[in-house]
Amino acid sequence: MSDTHSVERRDFVKIVLAFLGTVMGALIGLPAIGYLVSPATKSRQSEAWVPVGLLENYPVGVPTLFSFTRTTVNGWEKTVNSFGAYVVRSENGEAKVFSNKCTHLSCRVTWKEDAEAYLCPCHDAHFAKDGAVISGPPPEPLQAYETKIEDGNLLIHVTEG
Amino acid sequence: MAEKVLSWVDERLGLTGVYNLIFDRKVPKVNWWFTLGSATLFLFFLQIVTGVFLTVYYVPSPDHAYDSIQYIMNGVTFGWLIRGIHHWGASLMVVFVFAHMLRTFFMAAYKFPREITWFTGVFLLLSTVGMGFTGYLLPWNQRAYWATTVGTEIAGTMPLVGGFIERVLRGGNDLSAVTLARFFAVHIWFFPAIIAGLLAIHLYLVIRIGISAPPKRDE
Repeated sequence: MSDTHSVERRDFVKIVLAFLGTVMGALIGLPAIGYLVSPATKSRQSEAWVPVGLLENYPVGVPTLFSFTRTTVNGWEKTVNSFGAYVVRSENGEAKVFSNKCTHLSCRVTWKEDAEAYLCPCHDAHFAKDGAVISGPPPEPLQAYETKIEDGNLLIHVTEG
Repeated sequence: MAEKVLSWVDERLGLTGVYNLIFDRKVPKVNWWFTLGSATLFLFFLQIVTGVFLTVYYVPSPDHAYDSIQYIMNGVTFGWLIRGIHHWGASLMVVFVFAHMLRTFFMAAYKFPREITWFTGVFLLLSTVGMGFTGYLLPWNQRAYWATTVGTEIAGTMPLVGGFIERVLRGGNDLSAVTLARFFAVHIWFFPAIIAGLLAIHLYLVIRIGISAPPKRDE
């Protein structure tokens, strides 16, 4: 073996094979991964101002549930998601509106008049009328929607779904 | 170090022996016609892999089958590629299986002691065609629907039991959601299982007996 052969034939073949194998593996593997994760890369959120009705129709100081749906497209199908918002009208003509989605793991909370709290059935979380956590595992208060009033109509700013 | 780890593993798994048995077999001097079986085997693996990937999005129901495939073709990244390979691979596999059979026949490789290899091959051919027939319905487009209407109708022309066989194939009198569901089940579970089993016997015999040499001119 002369000194001009700095790379042995055997090693050269090995290196070329490893290189081609990597290229081919990537050519097959990357599209496969792209195929599997594809829906996750295409999910979109759209925001909207959702009208929840005349403010004067809501009782003062009593959290009242307003239900609405939003439609998105998942894959080839329309998905209709249900949402719930608790409207709490105050005496000064304003309103606080809370999402009924528990901040722990997204179960839906219900206002219980006798307990003076929103209760979550999944892990027994309690939220106060103003959304603050009273007890249970939730890491933060109920989400309050941004609100505005137009001609007596209450609208909430929904950013999910 | 790597050598040590490998020999430690091999001492316990004994894979070197298996490797030698499968890949270091003695073979007679053969030609390109003898690669058709391996080519078919490769296509079968390709069909399994792409088929498994297709089930990620495909829904075997009249309400969703067509739309879910439209989604695979237009919405999913590289979905067109996965389905395209499955589509063309299917046709190619039938062609290769058939060519493999012709080669075996014309070179008289089916004779003693390879009769059982041939028998399993016959059912492998039929199963492959069965895969083609059941897979053809799954897109649930016009061509699929009418091809299966005709195909099951042909089975129905058999004397005495024809009507019963047709109803078994369709899962009732009509082509329906039941038909689509059972064709899907047969396509992804029954036939692949049958093919895997037959293939195991087929390949065991190829390795055990060895492949035949091309016949000489004066034989």
